[in-house]
Amino acid sequence: MLARHSEKRTVMLLKDEVEMLRRITLFSGLPPAKLKLLAFTSDRVMYSAGESLFHQGDIGDAAYVILSGRADVLVATQTGQLKVAEVEQNSIVGEIAILCNTPRTATVKTSTALEALRIRKDDFLKLLADFPEMAVEIMRVLADRLSQTTSELTEARSRAQRAEA
Amino acid sequence: METRLSRYIWTHTRKQQLWILLVVALSMIPYFLSFDLPKQIVNGPIQGEGFEGPEATQAFLPVSFSLPGFGEVNLFSGFQLEREGMLLALSLVFLLLVIVNGLFKFYINTYKGRLGERLLRRIRFELVDRVLRFPPSHFKRVKPAEISTMIKDEVEPLGGFTGDAFVQPALLGGQALTALIFILLQSMWLGLIAAFIVAIQAVIIPRMRRRLLVLGRERQLTARELSGRVSEIVDGIGTIRGHDTSNYERADIAARLGRIFKIRYDLYQWKFLVKFLNNFLAQVTPFLFYSIGGYFALQGRLDIGQLVAVIGAYKDLPGPLKELIDWDQARQDVQVKYAQVVEQFSVKPLIDPSVQAISITSVAPITGALAAVNLSVSDDGGSKVVEHVSLQVRPGEAIAITGGSTGGGEALAEAFGRLTWPESGRIVVGDDDIHDLPESVVGRRISYASSEVYTFQGSLGDNLLYGLKHAPLTEVVYEGDKAAHRRWELLEAKLAGNPSLDLNSDWIDYGAAGATGPDDLFAKVRAVLDTVLLTNDIMALAVRSTINPERHEAFAGEIVAMRGALRRRLEAEKLSDLVVFFEPGSYNVEATIGENLLFGTVTNQARWEQALESHPFFKTVLKRAGLHESFYEMGLEIAGNVVELFRDLPPDHPFFQQLTFMAAEEIPAYEALLQKVRGRAIDEVSEDDAIKIIRLCFGYIEPRHRFGLLSEELMSQIVEARREFSEGLPEDLVGIIEHYQPNRYMASASIIDNVLFGRIGHRHTDGSERIRAIVRDLFESLGLYNNVLAFGLDFDVGAGGKRLTAGQRQKLNLARALIRMSDFYIFNQPLLALDQRAQEQITRNVFDFLRQDDRKPAIVWVLANPALSELFDRRAHFENGHLMSDGAVETPAKDSDYKELAS
Repeated sequence: MLARHSEKRTVMLLKDEVEMLRRITLFSGLPPAKLKLLAFTSDRVMYSAGESLFHQGDIGDAAYVILSGRADVLVATQTGQLKVAEVEQNSIVGEIAILCNTPRTATVKTSTALEALRIRKDDFLKLLADFPEMAVEIMRVLADRLSQTTSELTEARSRAQRAEA
Repeated sequence: METRLSRYIWTHTRKQQLWILLVVALSMIPYFLSFDLPKQIVNGPIQGEGFEGPEATQAFLPVSFSLPGFGEVNLFSGFQLEREGMLLALSLVFLLLVIVNGLFKFYINTYKGRLGERLLRRIRFELVDRVLRFPPSHFKRVKPAEISTMIKDEVEPLGGFTGDAFVQPALLGGQALTALIFILLQSMWLGLIAAFIVAIQAVIIPRMRRRLLVLGRERQLTARELSGRVSEIVDGIGTIRGHDTSNYERADIAARLGRIFKIRYDLYQWKFLVKFLNNFLAQVTPFLFYSIGGYFALQGRLDIGQLVAVIGAYKDLPGPLKELIDWDQARQDVQVKYAQVVEQFSVKPLIDPSVQAISITSVAPITGALAAVNLSVSDDGGSKVVEHVSLQVRPGEAIAITGGSTGGGEALAEAFGRLTWPESGRIVVGDDDIHDLPESVVGRRISYASSEVYTFQGSLGDNLLYGLKHAPLTEVVYEGDKAAHRRWELLEAKLAGNPSLDLNSDWIDYGAAGATGPDDLFAKVRAVLDTVLLTNDIMALAVRSTINPERHEAFAGEIVAMRGALRRRLEAEKLSDLVVFFEPGSYNVEATIGENLLFGTVTNQARWEQALESHPFFKTVLKRAGLHESFYEMGLEIAGNVVELFRDLPPDHPFFQQLTFMAAEEIPAYEALLQKVRGRAIDEVSEDDAIKIIRLCFGYIEPRHRFGLLSEELMSQIVEARREFSEGLPEDLVGIIEHYQPNRYMASASIIDNVLFGRIGHRHTDGSERIRAIVRDLFESLGLYNNVLAFGLDFDVGAGGKRLTAGQRQKLNLARALIRMSDFYIFNQPLLALDQRAQEQITRNVFDFLRQDDRKPAIVWVLANPALSELFDRRAHFENGHLMSDGAVETPAKDSDYKELAS
């Protein structure tokens, strides 16, 4: 049984993780050696389906790079949990909370078995301080998201106005 | 305390001093006889006086004396001896006198030493006793290190002096006087000369030494201040480094040392000047003897035997004289020291000893109310923090005190807790002033806890039960040697004015904790720890501790048996992959290669390192298992990876915490090593280099480091080599490794490691927490919980409790107050270090705890969070030292009204 385990474990190695990280926009600009360092200082974690990576309202202590599997992003509303997005392989979740020290804005719950790289907050911030190009990249991604959110909001408002009229 | 040391010594050692004086007087007889003897030997048998004929004899040891008005009384006419016989007899008498004198000296010195040590013990005890009775305000002014220096170092010379206080002047004075009288008897003139010089010495030298005393006092004060400053540096090291003021401290210390040096150097100069003068005067006398005495001898007015005796006797004069002068110096010195110390400890008002008198019987509950009557309290600056406050706490009442840090509620609580004394007004218990009641009443029936915690160095359990140790409650029965030792202890304690309280007695007042004895105390301990939410912390400490399985055989057995239970439990909960267990026949992927190879833990890291480098055993086994080369390759791979990953990082980078193979500063060395061995096979590389590379493998864990170095084949090879390691371990390496055995407790591993008998997987973020919860649960269901908790109570909290967190210390402090059944509980924001939620939870728990079993003690709680006041009967609100409102807490209905308004 142990042997089977270890066989499974040896499938994905540091170098594979580096490959994975490279495919994420946020990290794509970084030199491979730094990505390897980031991977090395992070923990590889496994979840089965239905487990939570973190809960809305928790203090953020880590970001997660999803190596395999899928998870739902859920937000608590008055009527219950609302699924607002889905994340899958090669995406990063939870980076907002560790950037601005706010509680988690959403719950992330796995929908399949999931393997992720857990990047601790301190390590992540240290990397940002060491590599400004990464900080710029983060800014770009955030600005992208903001403009997307703004346009969605505008659309929602105009829809609401039309409905009123 | 007496202000004069000599009076203090006389008061406490009068009888002994008189006895030793008597002995000293007796010792003078053989001492004087030994002076006269050399003259008799020289004049008699050697020079032939009285042995004129060849057959002439003399009486040896005749005993005769003359009584006035009666005439000569002859008791014993002596033995008739010839010249040689006489010489031998007299010489033997001389030897006898030497022995007798020596024995006297031995007895006197021992006796004096004992006397001094007893007095030292008495003084030290008295000083500490006074510290225990100092008024609270005094502790704000003195530095602890200065007090301990005074008690430890500054009174030390007093003990040495005690024995000499009266004996030394008597003995030395007697000796000097004997010598002087002897000289006078031999020759009036020479005697007068000697007496004259002695008089000069006795007058001048002490005068010169006055300056020494002044310097001595300065030296004492500066040294005491230095020790105070050093302890300040130690206590304030965080502040010093945090503000980059270490150089300011260096300057301060250097300046102090400079002053101390100057004082000490001055002292030396004076000391040696005085010594020089003293020696000179002492040497002038023999000069006069030789010149004047010789002149008399030449003229025949002094026989040579007399002159020899005078000079011989003079040899004994400067010694005692010098010592006498030294004694006087020491006397003045210790008098100064003593006066200094006494001044520091003469604090007014001291708490009356009757207030702290020991009370072995249990104390009746307080039935009256605890009240502040027109109370004012000032801080050290003199400004009033509580002004004219009257507040009554009736038995059974729960009062919340609010008003924040400037309100004055804290100061009131401190006054209730007797930490500060009122400036005006009173604190009364029933009709009595709280400061007049014995501490056996107010210290037991009123419990106080604040956020300022003091934990004593010792075990957590001792600290928890500290508040129950008021008096020795059991009489310990000693037998045999121990009984004799105890009798000796009691006698010595009495002679030194120390109390005879037995520390070995059971001091724990079980009744006060609501228990009947040691057996059911634990339930109370557990309940209190649960109340303050400290149980889990203590369990965590307990499971990380190591125990001696020989001393706790049954427990160790149960832990081993628990391994199976844990496996079944994990399987039942489908959590088997949380832990990878150690199996003798398979590789544990979550453990290091080193652990897998040795299948055990290293008990002595230093010896292990050494053996790894120099012992041929490892190399042979590795080679035989075919691992030598693989490990070398693997080590190269690891070194390469590590160098690549960490090369550019500064050595203090936080990422180095992830690096377990080598220290940050070793990286350049490995980088160079890699260059050196590149492209060379293992047999072309030097032994040392190969070992440096191979050893990197020992810390490798595949799922954690993920370098992809372990293959199935390699793992089975390692498991294969495992057997050789355990079976073939040479004699000189036995004990270095403790092997994993599924049915044996490992002494070098913690309790939790023994339970797990495996490694927690790296893949679950909350793996170790889940395991801990499961293990705790298992302990509970197997009835081991209390045993484990007891090990946690053995945890040493360190100096000032520094091995606990601030929150844990405050919880412990609260638990210490709770475990004791009192009538009044004063809680002065006891949990400031905890977050709001925990504070609230514990406050509620405390109410539940104190209200169970029909108990209804009064509770006064200074609240940091006013929202909690709904738990209380009354609420007293303070602002700027004044009591602003005092009334029943609003009913919940009103409360919800308010909430509606607010929302």
